Amino acid sequence: MNIWLVMLLGGLVTFGMRFSLIYLLAEGRFRVPEMMRRALHYVPPAVFSAIVFPELFLRDEVPTLSLDNSRLLAGLVAVLVAWFSQNTLITIIVGMIALLLFQVLL
Amino acid sequence: MTEQIKNFWAGVQAEFPLLVGVFPFGMIYGALALNAGLPKSTAQMMSSIVFAGSSQFVATQLFHESAPGLVIVLTIAVINLRHMLYSASLAPYLASVSTRWKMLLSYLLTDEAYAPSIVKYEQEGVNRHSHWFLFGAGLALWTIWQVSTALGIFLGTAIPESWSLDFALPLTFIAMVVPVLKNRPAITAAISAGIVALLAHPLPYKLGLIVAAVIGITAGTLLEGRK
Repeated sequence: MNIWLVMLLGGLVTFGMRFSLIYLLAEGRFRVPEMMRRALHYVPPAVFSAIVFPELFLRDEVPTLSLDNSRLLAGLVAVLVAWFSQNTLITIIVGMIALLLFQVLL
Repeated sequence: MTEQIKNFWAGVQAEFPLLVGVFPFGMIYGALALNAGLPKSTAQMMSSIVFAGSSQFVATQLFHESAPGLVIVLTIAVINLRHMLYSASLAPYLASVSTRWKMLLSYLLTDEAYAPSIVKYEQEGVNRHSHWFLFGAGLALWTIWQVSTALGIFLGTAIPESWSLDFALPLTFIAMVVPVLKNRPAITAAISAGIVALLAHPLPYKLGLIVAAVIGITAGTLLEGRK
């Protein structure tokens, strides 16, 4: 599929989801089922960690739990920084520095 | 100063602290998109057509790995599903504005525009002009997102690969996932999705991500239901 078409469809889907309930609920045509309202809360943790885990654990497609996996170590540092700072920018900066350090040291 | 403009500027001002964090994020997106092989024009247009940071990062990554278009679109949909929750929660406060306004505000509805707006609406209620607040917050973010993308594209080519800039992607997601791990169901959703993502990684077309997300969301929802 052409990248422009992918982008247009992606944009359309995104807009559709943003618009959907603002439109439908305001018009009183649809009520969100309780189950779905609940499930939507878990979309960010599930999707984000499904992206993060392979990036940290897989080395050449193989899960690698060793101390010379610098990305895993830097990732753990980033988790700690994110936990205490609750700040995206600080987490990215410290995580990048940690990765570069581990790459030099290990 | 009219009520509309007053609300608009209040929205812009409430957005300021968030813009500080978004600016480098947009630059990283621009640089990564270029590194992933996206043409400059495409990378820039994605910021206005899709206009959803994390899904743009992932779309870029999937494009780089030559994932099929349909998988990229589906992944964008899954990642942006949370916007339906924002849409649902803002709906009562925007009930009285015209459909044209609803469309414009929906286009501008991001995590960062939603956050200060819902806080204001829940604390102060709404009047005839309150939607200008969300418009101000959303437009401020939109503008900074376009500018920072452009700057990232412009400066991005100068960044050598040995800096491991691609690692900024998982780092950004770590920064976004950690603060939402506030209770056991959320932690369960994150860990189960992460483990399934490792196991399902060999699946073709990056389907592992969607399988992992669905299982993680289900696990979190079920666990919450049991309490």
